[in-house]
Amino acid sequence: MSGHEHATVEPQNDLSYPILAALLALPVGAVAMFIGHQYAGLISYPMLSTLIFLPIFGAVAIMLLPKCKTGLMRWSALCVSTATFILSLPLFTHFDRSTAAMQFIERTDWIHAWRIQYYLGIDGISVLFVLLSTLLTILCVMVSWTAITDKVKEFYAALLLIEGSMIGVFCSLDLFLFYIFWEAMLIPMYILIGVWGGPNRIYAAIKFFLFTLVGSLLMLVGILVLFFATGRSFDILVMMKTNYPLTMQIWLFWAFFAAFAVKVPMFPVHTWLPDAHTEAPTAGSVILAGILIKMGAYGFLRLNMPLFPEATKILAPFMLALSVIAIIYGAVICLAQTDLKRLIAYSSVSHMGFVTLGIFALNTQGVQGGILQMVNHGIVTGALFLCIGMIYERTHTRRIADYGGAATLFPVFATFFMVFTLASIGLPGTNGFVGEFLILVGGFKASVLAGALGATGIIIGAAYMLWLYQKVFFVDANPGLVGHGSDLNVREVLTLIPLLILVFWIGCYPNPFLGMMDASVQQLLERIASAGQPPVSQTALEVLK
Amino acid sequence: MKYAMLIPFLPLAAFLINILFGRFLLKDRAHIVAIAGVFASFVLSVAVFIQVAGGATMNSDLYSWISSGGFRVSVGFLIDPLTAVMLIVVTTVSLLVHIYSIGYMHGDPGYYRFFSYLSLFTFSMLMLVTGNNLLQLYFGWEAVGLCSYFLIGYWYQKQSAADAGKKAFIVNRFGDFGFGLGVILVFLVVGSIQYSDIFASVGSLQGKTFPLFGYEVDLITLIALLLFCGAVGKSAQLPLHVWLPDAMEGPTPVSALIHAATMVTAGVFLVARFNPLFSLSPTAMAVVAITGAATSLFAATIALVQNDIKRIIAYSTCSQLGYMFLACGVGAFGAGIFHLYTHAFFKALLFLGAGSVMHAMAGELDIQKMGGLKKHMPVTYWTFLLASLSIAGIPGLAGFFSKDEILWMAYNGGMIGKIVWVVATIVAGLTAFYSFRIIFLAFHGSFRGTHEQEHHLHESPSVMTVPLAILAVGAVGAGWIGIPQALGGGNWIAHFFEPVLGHPHVHGTHAEEYMVMGISILAAALGIGTASYFYVMSPDMPKRLTERYKQIHTVLWNKYFVDELYDAIIVRPTKWVASTILVGFTDAKIIEGIVNGVPSLIQSFGMKLRKLQTGYLQHYGIVLIFGLFVLISIAFIAGTKTH
Repeated sequence: MSGHEHATVEPQNDLSYPILAALLALPVGAVAMFIGHQYAGLISYPMLSTLIFLPIFGAVAIMLLPKCKTGLMRWSALCVSTATFILSLPLFTHFDRSTAAMQFIERTDWIHAWRIQYYLGIDGISVLFVLLSTLLTILCVMVSWTAITDKVKEFYAALLLIEGSMIGVFCSLDLFLFYIFWEAMLIPMYILIGVWGGPNRIYAAIKFFLFTLVGSLLMLVGILVLFFATGRSFDILVMMKTNYPLTMQIWLFWAFFAAFAVKVPMFPVHTWLPDAHTEAPTAGSVILAGILIKMGAYGFLRLNMPLFPEATKILAPFMLALSVIAIIYGAVICLAQTDLKRLIAYSSVSHMGFVTLGIFALNTQGVQGGILQMVNHGIVTGALFLCIGMIYERTHTRRIADYGGAATLFPVFATFFMVFTLASIGLPGTNGFVGEFLILVGGFKASVLAGALGATGIIIGAAYMLWLYQKVFFVDANPGLVGHGSDLNVREVLTLIPLLILVFWIGCYPNPFLGMMDASVQQLLERIASAGQPPVSQTALEVLK
Repeated sequence: MKYAMLIPFLPLAAFLINILFGRFLLKDRAHIVAIAGVFASFVLSVAVFIQVAGGATMNSDLYSWISSGGFRVSVGFLIDPLTAVMLIVVTTVSLLVHIYSIGYMHGDPGYYRFFSYLSLFTFSMLMLVTGNNLLQLYFGWEAVGLCSYFLIGYWYQKQSAADAGKKAFIVNRFGDFGFGLGVILVFLVVGSIQYSDIFASVGSLQGKTFPLFGYEVDLITLIALLLFCGAVGKSAQLPLHVWLPDAMEGPTPVSALIHAATMVTAGVFLVARFNPLFSLSPTAMAVVAITGAATSLFAATIALVQNDIKRIIAYSTCSQLGYMFLACGVGAFGAGIFHLYTHAFFKALLFLGAGSVMHAMAGELDIQKMGGLKKHMPVTYWTFLLASLSIAGIPGLAGFFSKDEILWMAYNGGMIGKIVWVVATIVAGLTAFYSFRIIFLAFHGSFRGTHEQEHHLHESPSVMTVPLAILAVGAVGAGWIGIPQALGGGNWIAHFFEPVLGHPHVHGTHAEEYMVMGISILAAALGIGTASYFYVMSPDMPKRLTERYKQIHTVLWNKYFVDELYDAIIVRPTKWVASTILVGFTDAKIIEGIVNGVPSLIQSFGMKLRKLQTGYLQHYGIVLIFGLFVLISIAFIAGTKTH
């Protein structure tokens, strides 16, 4: 928002005024609708569709703007994403925490012959991710403000398209619709990495695309099999009540696993992530770390576990083992990284290992911890990538060895980075602790070995994050760093503050968030527990008695 | 007594004010806010102590922190005699260190930062001691570790300071790994992590076992030892003691507050708090006693030969903490906490005295380069001397009563007790020796530093000497609340602790108690006497001894090579695995190879896809629509085939 930026925003012909006015009307209108919701309860509209299509229409509108109006494009993207965020807030305030049923449902026939429905709804498992998506998109728009100067129009259009399709994935209750959004998300993301990425972007983008595509194709086969096995229906809620034969469950579990494990990413299909993260522009990394890789774990929770409960129970020990390997492998490999973004990318592998450990512990603390940790990881790793993007804009290097003494040069930046580092290593009082602790409680319950091995990730986590912090911020300033701009500006501070607040909010008072997922998690676990066969893993308590 | 909940939050408020406004607004006035916060906490702590002395206790929750299924934990506070004493120790030393720091840190560019960290530390430590459940304890535990990290690395431009802070944090994480698993295990077997619930059900856990990797392990012993892992890390006991000497990189007031008087005693507090659990497991008790005794001897021997004044005191701290643990290990939890309380005064005094010396000597730490400081800085000298006499265990001073109580309890503690008693008595002699080595080398004789240093020598300002004097009063008189019956006292403190910490049954007679006392006094006198012989009467004696026993000296001088050992067996192998095996081989060759199939395949794929990558959004749109068409076609074909 420097003077230079202001100049480009300056309306240059008469048409710009009405456009700007209309843009500003968006967030204002959104606030009005939110207030109407909140206090009068008067307004009723298809809320989830609005969240999905507002960004998509926004993207189309930005594409129609004249090429020279880059300032207007940025403001449009900001207004659209802010309006979407405000309109998503009723999901938090009006969410009924007492029920596991789907809420904010919208349902119409779409392709009648194929019984494909346009069927949207959210429950305690998906609601937090919708909120996280709408929040992170605003921050992505803000952090790209001066970083993206090339093909600005296409950039913001792609970003908003990703937002719309991500929200679509979290809201879909029809498997076909789910798949469409799932694939739709892939293309703008591929473009984001391939067009605005680093020097090696093409390789990274293709690798990302191929890995994800191969996984998705197996899922597509699975979806079709399910369609016929469910009596020609794509309705996820119907599938959740159907009991498939065990052999089929196991085959389908693997088919869906292929798609989701790549996305998480689980060991050993994680190698696309470091490349994609390292080459992606900041906004791409944030979306990738914040939301996109959550879709894998979300897929396990939404499809694998409720649809194939028996298979889940049988395969859980295998999943626990993969999770523990990911935790330790991802953490140890961080110790040898020389690139800022690559290190954070590998730390994501380790943190997502925690998430899957919690989920496949198949008990309340594990699953709730896993879901909360997904949100936490989105906040914290998203924030770390935002931070790295901000410093990269000043220094144009990602090599850790090029840094040093940044705490003296950028004290405010150092403070923010410290908070997010601490959240990443799970210090009590930050959000990371609540998630990790619940996961370890759950993991320990499911398997003493898995819990104990998983906990070693906490030691190594502290080692690599503090090593990174020391290399970048402490000791004497690297001469090459001096003179590379000043500390964070107001826009950058505003970008980080929402995440900072969330770090401490969830760290000190996580109950509003845990409470939202309570009923849905209980229902999911009951579904798994009641699916034939004795449980694979006994709790420590039962063993004692 | 609800006001007790305010005690931790006042320093937190001071922290928030300083961290937000210190940089631009408060600057060199940052201490006003910090001191106001800790002073208010101190006043409230005294009020709480008086009420608790009158028999009141409190256990109440503030709000529900985490609630997930059956796992419920609140932010809640427990005030009992143990907490009350810890509150007094923490707020008193913290207040005095705050005041001292006005002088010591004067003119430092990070003045506001220093005081905000001190406030944050005080908050964390108070949360640690007042919590009514394990998770809040864990919160405080990690938070004090964080503040310690910040303050050790306070001068972060220095490589050694940054390294030391990181080392402290990571070494502590090793201990916390066990501690964390202990907390989880407690939850799994008790169903709650509230102290009151745990202590109510420990009895029913007796004799139960836990299946651990195919072995049936005694449950109580397992829990106790896991929790003790945390204590070993935080209280710098063997084998996790390596971080404490390096922690001396921090400003000296920090060494006094965090690395001597308060934070490092958290481990002892933990063991004492869980005395109902520990005392049910003889194995765990033996481990505690032996770890404590071994550390106290180990650290004391290292302290004999070091020249860095702060490191000597740091090893002394390790050693004294070992003393507290061996007390707990023989069942004398009250005696351990009593020593924690007296130790806080004389050890904080020793560190602040050392800081005063450094202030006069422009940061010099080597006692070989000091000498004759007595006449230049009388207040520092006399207070330092009192602290040394106290730690040496000279009758009448604070250290004597608490040390004597521990020795007496150990003497009565059966077989293991007798062994640790012998060790502890030897350590008492060594302690007297190295303490007076500092006195004689630094304060007596003639000055051995540079001419500029000599010119600069001066007594510290009164903002620093007054806290020294107040602590000296504590170093002398703090023990008078625990004068044993054998000496005609009422041993008030033991009775005060009895409801929480119990009081072991003592078989010994008064005659035996006099004997134990006599031997410890003799050991102290011997230590002081040897020190004066070595460093006053025949100053070339140490050199001759060093030459004669060169190997022993080398081992002690290099702290038994523990750092080098850890570097060789943990640090370097881990780094090697990370860089050579994982990055260079597993990730790059094996996984990439298998997952990508034939790597050349992806290459050719890439070349083809590269042509598709035009950068025009319209093209991608077409591809997207085409993809959807293909997808629907597949669905259609698959559908017709089955029907």
